[in-house]
Amino acid sequence: MAGTIQNQDKFLNKIASRLGRERISSPVERPDWKYRPQDEVLKNASQDELVDVLKKQCANIHTDFYETEKKDLPEVLEQIVSSYGGGPVITWKDDRYAQWGLESLFKKEWPKNNIEVREWDFENGEESIIKAESANAAITISEITLAESGTTVLFSDKDKGRMVSFLPATYIALVPKSSLVPRITQAAQKMREMQQETGRVPSCINFITGPSNSADIELNLVVGVHGPIKASYILINDL
Amino acid sequence: MAMKIGSNEFNERVGQGIDDAFMRGAVSGAQDSMGVRRSNAAEELGNWEDWRSHGEEIRQHVLEHLDYYLEQLSKNVAELGGHVFFAETKEEANEYIRGIAQKKQAKKIVKAKSMVTEEIGLNAVLEEEGCKVIETDLGEYILQVDDHDPPSHIVVPALHKNKEQIRDVFKEKLGYKKTSKPEELALHAREMLREEYMTADIGITGCNFAVAESGSISLVTNEGNADLVTALPKTQITVMGMERIVPTFEEMEVLVSLLTRSAVGQKLTSYISVLTGPREAQDADGPEEFHLVIVDNGRSDILGGEFQSILQCIRCAACINVCPVYRHIGGHSYGSIYSGPIGAVLSPLLGGYDEYKELPYASTLCGACTEVCPVKIPLHDLLHKHREVIVEKEGKAPISEKLLMKSFGIGAASPMLYKFGTKFAPTALNPYTNGESISKGPGPMKAWTDIREFPAPNKERFRDWFKNRKKEENAHGRDDSESR
Repeated sequence: MAGTIQNQDKFLNKIASRLGRERISSPVERPDWKYRPQDEVLKNASQDELVDVLKKQCANIHTDFYETEKKDLPEVLEQIVSSYGGGPVITWKDDRYAQWGLESLFKKEWPKNNIEVREWDFENGEESIIKAESANAAITISEITLAESGTTVLFSDKDKGRMVSFLPATYIALVPKSSLVPRITQAAQKMREMQQETGRVPSCINFITGPSNSADIELNLVVGVHGPIKASYILINDL
Repeated sequence: MAMKIGSNEFNERVGQGIDDAFMRGAVSGAQDSMGVRRSNAAEELGNWEDWRSHGEEIRQHVLEHLDYYLEQLSKNVAELGGHVFFAETKEEANEYIRGIAQKKQAKKIVKAKSMVTEEIGLNAVLEEEGCKVIETDLGEYILQVDDHDPPSHIVVPALHKNKEQIRDVFKEKLGYKKTSKPEELALHAREMLREEYMTADIGITGCNFAVAESGSISLVTNEGNADLVTALPKTQITVMGMERIVPTFEEMEVLVSLLTRSAVGQKLTSYISVLTGPREAQDADGPEEFHLVIVDNGRSDILGGEFQSILQCIRCAACINVCPVYRHIGGHSYGSIYSGPIGAVLSPLLGGYDEYKELPYASTLCGACTEVCPVKIPLHDLLHKHREVIVEKEGKAPISEKLLMKSFGIGAASPMLYKFGTKFAPTALNPYTNGESISKGPGPMKAWTDIREFPAPNKERFRDWFKNRKKEENAHGRDDSESR
């Protein structure tokens, strides 16, 4: 359903008149910018070099960094969750967990050890939000990972609720090595391509860089304010 | 609280600022630490000047084509199912938002990243409607709980409060029982605010950058409060200053990078959220209804004039963090939610010279602000332009400035008087001199020496010293230029 636009013409006419010209009626070409310093950052870095940059950056953003092969992922994940004090755990509804060998951990081992695994269910939206709110750990997947800043990028959709990554006390991101790019520049280019190809981007794209924090009290850094208190990234080498 | 804060005159506010020892310590500490972080983050890139030039060219292009990009943005937002309202004045913006609150029968409203809503005085309007309005940024929350104490810094609004004061406010207002440890205070705020997010009817945010090509808005935070404000309530209202827009995601990322490095020296903040329209058909979170309110409120009058470049501002506060005047007088002295050099330029433009005529004088014109600005706004030139306008066109120079100008005018125009003045200065100022400095100056010097010391005039004038030196040189037959 299309939305509404109110008071546009008078408002924009005034702007044009202040700029001393008529309203612009034909498309403005995106300029060929004179400067493009963003392309120089980590230019020509190999995937392994990007891993090193990411690893170092994680230390700056209060985030624990793990590296594993796909076959050992369940074990690594289990250790992190138990170091965070166990469940409940909340996940998206996403086939990739099973493809990466986590089905048995989610459906058998954890429930057996009294770690409840909850899955985001859009058909029971209110309940899903409440389940996320009382969860101890969120397990998400980074679609694009920015080495320079140590950022995981999440795309929302009906099966990947926005609140899965925010409401639980701790945040875990699964990071396929192939998702690594130098910086936010490459993510912005991908988002633009997506927008041009499909006509839109997901309603919420989150760039998440470590746990929630604030320096609002005497500039003392407090980690864990509104969102997660702790964060871990698990880099999966063979994905 | 609107753009204007407090009702005291400028001089009284400055006096209060200077007497507040904790505030002054906090401000200088904050400036030092944020200034160092900013400069490290800039240096680390190696080509910071290119980044600044890129930021500048993007912002200038956008301002020159502002009508086009706003039209493109609103078309895209509407196509996604959002509602766009163009508000020429703050009253129009407030009435539109009041209308939504009425229609939704809203009882509780949570807010995040909302400087422009402070500028238009939205909270008071919503409170009139009987809504409970809750600021969720930790610093803003502290100020709100403390009976709406005004903010003193764009990025760290409660900078002027120490943790003991915050503990006492929480004790009195929120039944807090723990210590003044920042971690415990923050945890308490987290618990209080969680409940509010979950039960709010409307979420209101500002906007760091809107993206014309995709109809998106972006929000930059470290706490993650903007994400909760936009995901949990059924209705989202985003209020943006009309200049806060970029053509595509590619320019957005450049400005976000400049913002986070310049504001706090971070490569990126913990959360950057790019929100496009209301929730999609089957989504279980995100707003069902999305309103974008685009605010002019005096900005278009700045366009096309000699102050246009101030609209390039991305609100990073780098200029505030290096300003020697802000360091001494603190944020409240500016009497506006926009403090420091950016505030001294912007407040008179948005709020008028009558209210803010002193602010362009709260500057040493040292140019430190211009040097750090990530989008190359010539801030100290704009401050100087303000002074010209005030003195020449408006005739509103603060009184001591007028006297100073006048007496300097007479003194400097007559070589005799000038000679006398400079010669007489050490003697005339003798009663005020304490060794090498003056700490309680007379007349026009008072405003300066209230804040800092003024070096005492040399006993020997430069002209006399130079004459005598020449004499000595000639006597020794030495040419000074060879020894350099």
